[in-house]
Amino acid sequence: MLGYALRRVLTAIPIVLLTITVCFFILRLAPGGPFDGERALPPDQLRNLRAYYHLDEPLIMQFFGYIGGVLRGDFGPSMVMKDFNVSRLIGIGLPFTLMLGFSAFVVGTIGGMLAGAVAAVNQNKWPDYLLVAIVLVGIIIPNFLMANLVQLLFGVYLGWLPVGGYQPGSLIHLVLPVFILALPHGGRVARLVRGSMIEVLGTNYVRTARSKGLGTRLILARHALKPALLPVVSYLGPGLSYLLTGSLVVEQVFSLPGIGKYFITAALNRDYGLVLGTTILYVFIILALNLLVDILYAWLDPKVRYR
Amino acid sequence: MADVLVVDDLDVTFALHDSEVKAVSDLDFTLAEGETLAVVGESGSGKSQAFLSIMGLLARNGKASGRAMLGDVNLIGMAPDRLDTHRGKDIAMIFQDPMTSLNPTLKIKTQLAEVLVRHQGYDKDKANRAVIEMLERVGIPEPVKRANAYPHELSGGMRQRVMIAMALLCKPKVLIADEPTTALDVTVQAQMLDLFKNLTNDFGTALVLITHDLGVVAGVADRMMVMYGGRCIEKGPTDTLFYDPRHPYTLGLLHSTPHVAKRAKRLDPIQGLPPSLEHLPRGCAFHPRCAFRFERCFEERPPLLPVEDVREKACWYQGELKYEEVA
Repeated sequence: MLGYALRRVLTAIPIVLLTITVCFFILRLAPGGPFDGERALPPDQLRNLRAYYHLDEPLIMQFFGYIGGVLRGDFGPSMVMKDFNVSRLIGIGLPFTLMLGFSAFVVGTIGGMLAGAVAAVNQNKWPDYLLVAIVLVGIIIPNFLMANLVQLLFGVYLGWLPVGGYQPGSLIHLVLPVFILALPHGGRVARLVRGSMIEVLGTNYVRTARSKGLGTRLILARHALKPALLPVVSYLGPGLSYLLTGSLVVEQVFSLPGIGKYFITAALNRDYGLVLGTTILYVFIILALNLLVDILYAWLDPKVRYR
Repeated sequence: MADVLVVDDLDVTFALHDSEVKAVSDLDFTLAEGETLAVVGESGSGKSQAFLSIMGLLARNGKASGRAMLGDVNLIGMAPDRLDTHRGKDIAMIFQDPMTSLNPTLKIKTQLAEVLVRHQGYDKDKANRAVIEMLERVGIPEPVKRANAYPHELSGGMRQRVMIAMALLCKPKVLIADEPTTALDVTVQAQMLDLFKNLTNDFGTALVLITHDLGVVAGVADRMMVMYGGRCIEKGPTDTLFYDPRHPYTLGLLHSTPHVAKRAKRLDPIQGLPPSLEHLPRGCAFHPRCAFRFERCFEERPPLLPVEDVREKACWYQGELKYEEVA
C-alpha cells in the first residue's frame, strides 16, 4: 500500500506541471494585461514595468523562468498589489479559507451521515420524508440565494447573528457562512448514506448478523456502517476540494477575508502571478485530497487493496 | 427424546400494496433433540419463510403468528432484544449463499468471535482461540491464517464451512440450514453434508435441513416434511416417505429426481407450475396438477391427518398410489 501511495504521488507531478503550463499560456492569450487601466501609462514607464517583471522577454523564457521559480518555492510577485508577493498573499488568505472549508466539511459530513442513517433506518416513515425534503431544498437552492435568505432571516429580521464580516476569533460570524457552505455538501452526503445504508441493511450479511443476535446497535456500527460509507468516501475528496475551492461565492456574500477574494480580483486584474499561484494551490489541494480518498478507500474495502 | 422445538399453528403473512399473502398456514411440527428434519418443497412453498419467521428475520412487511416454543419460550412475536438473547446461541441459521452471507469488510475471526463475546461473555483473546479451534473442527486448513483473512479470499466451500463454524460456536440446540449446499459445487456438497451430520451429532444439535434436493435428504434426514402452497402436506420418517409416499405430490417429487439406480429412464417432472400464493386454488392446492384428484379435491381442503402411527398426510385420496409412466 505504501508503494501504491508513492506511485500516486509521483504521477501527480506531471499533472501539476501540465496545469501550470496550460494556465500560463491561456492567461497570456487572454486580452489585456496587468498594467492596462482606464488611463494608459506613459510608454517608458510601461517599458520599465514590463522589464522589471520580465514581461519583455520571449514567452518561452518567461515560462521557464516561472517554472524555475515555482520549483524553488517562489511564486513570484503580485503585479497589481505591488507590496506583496504571491506566497505572502496566499499566506494571508489561505488559513481563513481552510478554516472555513474544513468547518463546513466537518459539519456537513457529520450532519449528512447522521441524517442519512436516520432516514435509512426509518425508511418510508415520516423522519425519512422530512429529512429527504430538507436535503433536497439544501441541494437545489443555490448558495448565494440561500445565503441572502439566511442573512435576511437571522441577520435582519431576527437579529440573532451578524449579516457578514469577520473579526478574528469570533465564532458567531462563522455560523451562517459555515451553515451555507455545509448545507449542499451535507445534503449530498445524506443522500449517498441513505441510499447505500438502505442497500446494506437489505444484504444477506446483515441478515446473518441479525441471526447471530447481535442487536441493532452493534449491527449498525460494526456491520452496516463501514460498507455503507464506501460510496460516501469516494465523494468526500471531491466534496472537500469543492468546499475549499468553491467558497469564493460565500466569502464574497459574507465579506470574509479568505483567498477567494484575491482569486477573483486577480483574475479581473490579469494579475498573472497571483492567478497562477492560487490555481496551483487549488490543483494541489484537489490532487492531495483525491490521493487521500484512494488510500482511505483501500482501507475501507479490502477488495480494492492495491498490489 | 425430548422435543427442543415445538411449532404450533404457525402462520406467516405478508402485507402487499393493497392485499395480504399467506406464505405459511397452520404449520405444526416438532423437532426432537439431536434429530435431523428435512423440509422439502418447491420455490414458494413457504419452507424458507416458515423458518425465517421463527428466527425473527422476516422482511419488514412480513408478520408471523402462532407459537414456536424453544424450550419454554415462544420465539414468535418476541421483542427483538429478548429474541437476540436466543438467536445465535440456542438457535442458529445458515443461509443459502455463502458468497454474500459474510460481511465483506470484516475479517473472518471478527465475525465469528463477536458471537462468543455476545452470548458467552468471552473476552477477545478467549473468543479468538475458540474461533481457531472451531475453524479447525469444520475442516479449514491453516485456521490461523484463514481467521485473519477476509471472506473474498476464501472459496465458496470454505465460506460455507465458516458459516457452519459461526452457527455452531455456541453449540445451539437447533440449527436451521436453508439450502446450505445449493450454491456449492457438486463435489463439495457431499463433504458438506457429512460435516453437518458429524458436527450436529457431536454437539447434540437438532438440524433442520431446508432443501428442494431429495438427494440431499436421503442420506441425512431422520424425518421429512413436504410443503406445498404454504402448508405441510406429508410428513414422516424419511425412509417410509421415500419408499412408500402417500401424497401424490411426494410421489411426483420422487419421480422428478434423477436416480442412478434407475438409469436410462427419462425424468418425469410434475406437470404444471407451483401455484402463486396470492391465488391459491380452491380445495386442495395441489389438485390442478394432481393425477389422482376427484370431485372433493376441488371443493374441500384436505386436513393433515395421521396415516399410520408416525406419518401424516393431507390428501383425500385413500387408494393406492400407483405411478403411471407418462408416455
